[in-house]
Amino acid sequence: MRRAPRFGVWLPPLAPSIVLLGLFVAGPILWCFYASFTNSALSGIAARRPKFVGLDNFTTAFTSPDVAASLWLTVVFVVLSAVVGQNSLGMMLAVFLQHRGKLLRGVVGTVVVAAWVLPEVVAAFAIYAFLNAQGTLNEVLGWFGLSQNWLYTAPMMAVVLANIWRGTAFSMLVYQAALSEVPSDLVEAAQVDGAGPVRRFWHVVLPVIRRTVVTNLMLITLQTLGVFGLIYVLTAGGPDNKTRTLPLLMYEQAFKFGQIGYGTAIALVLLVLGAVFSLVYIRSLKAEV
Amino acid sequence: MRGPRLVVNLVLLAVAVLFVAPLLWLLTASFDTHGSLAAKVPGDFTLANFGQILNWEVGGRPLVNGLLISGGTAIIAVIVAVLAAYPLSRFQLRFRRPFLYTVLFTTGLPVTAIMVPVYGLFVRLSLVDSLWGTTVFLAATALPMAIWMCKNFMDGIPVSLEEAAWVDGASSLQALRSIVLPLMAPGVAVVGIFTFITAWGNFFVPFVLLLDPDKMPASVGIFSFFGQNGLVAYGQLAAYSILYTAPVLALYLVVSRWLGGGFSMAGAVKA
Repeated sequence: MRRAPRFGVWLPPLAPSIVLLGLFVAGPILWCFYASFTNSALSGIAARRPKFVGLDNFTTAFTSPDVAASLWLTVVFVVLSAVVGQNSLGMMLAVFLQHRGKLLRGVVGTVVVAAWVLPEVVAAFAIYAFLNAQGTLNEVLGWFGLSQNWLYTAPMMAVVLANIWRGTAFSMLVYQAALSEVPSDLVEAAQVDGAGPVRRFWHVVLPVIRRTVVTNLMLITLQTLGVFGLIYVLTAGGPDNKTRTLPLLMYEQAFKFGQIGYGTAIALVLLVLGAVFSLVYIRSLKAEV
Repeated sequence: MRGPRLVVNLVLLAVAVLFVAPLLWLLTASFDTHGSLAAKVPGDFTLANFGQILNWEVGGRPLVNGLLISGGTAIIAVIVAVLAAYPLSRFQLRFRRPFLYTVLFTTGLPVTAIMVPVYGLFVRLSLVDSLWGTTVFLAATALPMAIWMCKNFMDGIPVSLEEAAWVDGASSLQALRSIVLPLMAPGVAVVGIFTFITAWGNFFVPFVLLLDPDKMPASVGIFSFFGQNGLVAYGQLAAYSILYTAPVLALYLVVSRWLGGGFSMAGAVKA
């Protein structure tokens, strides 16, 4: 690596990135903070001359039962589908597949990854058809007389399952990579000392891959916080707003009702929720080290 | 040891069956004259569903738009990211670490959360309903991951090769173009394909930033089709889904053959 050269040498190649990231990523985030204090709207007087309204949007947001309900639904969706579902299932698959034959690894790996490779909307169609009143699941459950329209009777369960189905591959691939780097002599030493498979995993493997677990949790949490298309296709936030997570509420307020300022305040709640989750994960790493 | 082993194998098979079940419908319904919402062996095998989708209005234009947007996104992101990766990989810059950490942090940012202010920005810049605006925005959101991957690929190429060029008086950009780029061509291809796949599947960004149905990429086009006809013509919806999925599936297979699966997740995610 060379010492830092003149300004004119390193800046020009970096400039396009700085401009694009500044304009389209950093700019909008900063504007989030500003616009959430205004009454800016899509049309009408407020669209041309947004007025400063102080904390009105936040007062509305935090006293509104809609936002409180959506915040709760978002936390439920993230915890059940990402933190519990994708993470545990992905880890379980990676561990179970580690010393299996090539055939089983190939089949299970391909099937799980296939759901992940599908574009978001197609994945949503597949789950929509699967859980529909006339869908595949009900054809099977019909033999036992258990068929029902899952998207109406258990909408949150349906979108959680959809997200687990679609996202587990990511965690599985991350953990497969991490497990392959756990020193095998550590595991063998524990085996010689008489530790069973569960204790070997809990006391030897898990501490070694701890950092990967936290990183993976952070990535899938942030991905899941932003899920829109999957829920929008499956339930559109319904029935009776039972699956209206923050992204769907934000879309509805900002683009259907034209309340840009209010929509931005909801976006800010979403960003802050992401930051809170991230801080918890980062702290959990620091606390143990 | 045989007992637990059998149980584990059964669990794995059960998971595989559960994961493949929702996919079956896509395959069976698309080839069935009377496709329904449940997966069953086509009673009346047909290719007509594909034929009905493959006209300019329904399937053609959205796929071409998607190709333009995703292709443009990949090209812009790769060029800009390679340029940025060079000084970050080769020079000791004081802000290098903070810059890289910011980039890494931004890869996790849910783009959904900034779409409302981005829409506001697009209104100000008169970029709403512009294919170019949407493409450049998608490229900007792809940049953090692209810069991060490019920098890692570039770090793997020994500096000693360029030092000879520097001694001969080549500029940094000349060294980048004639020595580094040819060596990291596979890496650049991976970054480009990864960006393309992500943009191809992105639904929310074009859904918000584009208005004219004629400009919509396949991700939105297929959703509109679902809203208008999907509740009747299940076979066509499944056929459209397969048509729309095929390019990313092919690209994914190419990359995973190259890298041995998972987009070399190990290097990308290790903290």
